[in-house]
Amino acid sequence: MIGKDFLGLCDATAEDIVTILDTAVGMKRLLTQNLKKLPHLQGRTVTTLFYENSTRTRCSFELAAKYLGAGTVNISASSSSVQKGETLIDTGYTLDAMKNDIIVIRHPMGGAPHLLAKHVRASVVNGGDGMNEHPTQALLDFYTMREKFGGFRGLKVAILGDIKHSRVAKSNLFGLTKLGAEVVLYAPATLMPQGIGRMGAKIARSREEALSGANVVMGLRIQLERMHGGLFPSLSEYARYYGVSEEHLRFADKDCIVMHPGPVNRGVEFTSGVIDAENSKITEQVLNGVAVRMALLFLLCKNRQGGSGNE
Amino acid sequence: MNKLFIRGGTAVFPDRCEECDILVEGSTIARIGRGLKAPAGARVIEAQGLHVFPGLIDLHVHLREPGFEYKEDIASGSAAAVRGGFTQVCCMPNTDPVCDNAAVVGYIVARGKEVGLCKVRPIGAITRGEKGEQLAEMGKMKDAGAVAVSDDGRPVSDARMMRLAMEYASDFGLVCLSHCEDRSLVDGGVVNEGYNSTLAGLKGIPRAAEEIMLAREIILAETLGKRVHICHVSTKGGVQLLREAKARGVAVTAETCPHYFTLTDDIVTSFDANTKVNPPVREAEDVAAIKAGLADGTLDCIVTDHAPHHADEKNVEYNLAAFGISGIETSFSLSYTALVRGGVLTLPQLADRMSAAPARVLSLEGGTLCEGGAADIMLADLNEKYVIDSKDFVSKGKNTPFNGTEVYGRVKYTIVDGDIKFGL
Repeated sequence: MIGKDFLGLCDATAEDIVTILDTAVGMKRLLTQNLKKLPHLQGRTVTTLFYENSTRTRCSFELAAKYLGAGTVNISASSSSVQKGETLIDTGYTLDAMKNDIIVIRHPMGGAPHLLAKHVRASVVNGGDGMNEHPTQALLDFYTMREKFGGFRGLKVAILGDIKHSRVAKSNLFGLTKLGAEVVLYAPATLMPQGIGRMGAKIARSREEALSGANVVMGLRIQLERMHGGLFPSLSEYARYYGVSEEHLRFADKDCIVMHPGPVNRGVEFTSGVIDAENSKITEQVLNGVAVRMALLFLLCKNRQGGSGNE
Repeated sequence: MNKLFIRGGTAVFPDRCEECDILVEGSTIARIGRGLKAPAGARVIEAQGLHVFPGLIDLHVHLREPGFEYKEDIASGSAAAVRGGFTQVCCMPNTDPVCDNAAVVGYIVARGKEVGLCKVRPIGAITRGEKGEQLAEMGKMKDAGAVAVSDDGRPVSDARMMRLAMEYASDFGLVCLSHCEDRSLVDGGVVNEGYNSTLAGLKGIPRAAEEIMLAREIILAETLGKRVHICHVSTKGGVQLLREAKARGVAVTAETCPHYFTLTDDIVTSFDANTKVNPPVREAEDVAAIKAGLADGTLDCIVTDHAPHHADEKNVEYNLAAFGISGIETSFSLSYTALVRGGVLTLPQLADRMSAAPARVLSLEGGTLCEGGAADIMLADLNEKYVIDSKDFVSKGKNTPFNGTEVYGRVKYTIVDGDIKFGL
């Protein structure tokens, strides 16, 4: 059951996920029309509260809200102001007092959306929290996979890149294992977190093993700051031993799709040939992101109408 | 002279538990025996059904005064201590100003006496300002009343500095208490590194961060022939290093805290900042090893690392929250419940780990019930069951992960130098 908040896929059920994906089908249909407007969220307010830079996630949520007729407010706060200025809880009280219906929060620290959710009446949506979760990114990934393959059972999803710091990998893993797909991870040992095998992932010993027979090849962004932190020696070394080129893609299933949450470092995680290939779904993912976020906002608002949290 | 007569309790001695009466005259235990008569004018405590322990001694607390009185002060910390059954506490020097000189040591001693609840024994800093660069004036601090030295919370990173500290402290009969933490490995971590840190997406602190410095301290103590005491051991590997060192005859002693033998890091996935403590709570195999270490004496003492914080310092994102648990009012019940009822220790062993051993480690008074000894005594009802609720704490720090935990063993009286300082 989708409740007041949407904080992650760790605690979501397969049914919740499927409900959102099913709802998103109609939303996507709307997005392909010239008149992209539904009245479902008329009179509602959706606020994006972003403590980290983001272009696509914020824009995606904002458009999703607007297409459904909601009013939107965007708040940017640098993470340093979190430490010096108003506390997150106080910010939440303020937003609540202004009668926001939904707060989408992105925050560099794991658990921040959970803390906020405990203290506000508004519904809280996790737009990415530290190394914890990025559930709407995973939902759009699932939508993209389902659109291509029709379902999840028996799918092999290979995720390559900085698994250790990736909330995208975590949310994908939590959801995909519930949906019946197989998740295989590959990363330099310095970018592979402890204990992830116990969460249902298979850890590949080589790039070839990870890619072998994969239906989905998902790359994760490598951040330059990880190199400066000594976690790998150079981008070119990363590209040579951990990146994916068209050559490597031959190990995957011939009908495979290529995905990436973006923004992509061309020539690092994937070569341009992989990014621009016909089976690349990277731009389709962006469109699907708007659709699943519309679906999620719609379902949360529907709950608020009937639920006791509504005023 | 004040007289106090404790009638009919079960006294916990180093080798046995036995029903007896205890007569206190002034600040010392005058007589222990069966069928004693209460002298005229003596105050009588009817202790039938209660257990009589030597007053608990805590080698590791943070009383926050001077400088952080909004978290705790010597008055509130002392009140919390006697409510927890403690008659003597040793307070860490990470105050503001840092307790790295005789003046601050003297202030804490004087404030402790003025408050007049438990005995407050300051621990001086190892280095000036706990900066790890220059030795603090250990001799002068000792003369002013410091009972040990430590840079708790700010580990002495430089091995040469630690070597010099162990050598110099020994000239004054002081022991270095080492908070073992290799900062380069901690690297901003906030919880134990493992399955749960990955599950919650919180940065992990590997066990190696603790064990590498613990191994360093053992090697330094061994090669120099000096003593060292290891603070708040939390890992299985740490217990093993200590066990091997003790078997070789290294003069090392060690402590652990209730949260390390009662909690695992399963609790951190709630993102409740009251679970945030340094070192972090670990996993089931560590909990088992800590218990085994207490049982075989590898770990000498149970301390609280009582670390009170203001609610505002915990009602924030997990990464931003302060490390620490307000633990002095729950230590006895948690230890009794987990260790004695849990079949790990006998009652005399519990009294040893919480009183006699801490007294031995720092050569403090008290620690056992004996005629002629200090009348530092604690009485508890071991059959009383209750649920921990931080609203009941007298400490200013309400930061505990144990709210709602059901425990046995309620402290009923705390007697310091023959005076009842706490009584229910």
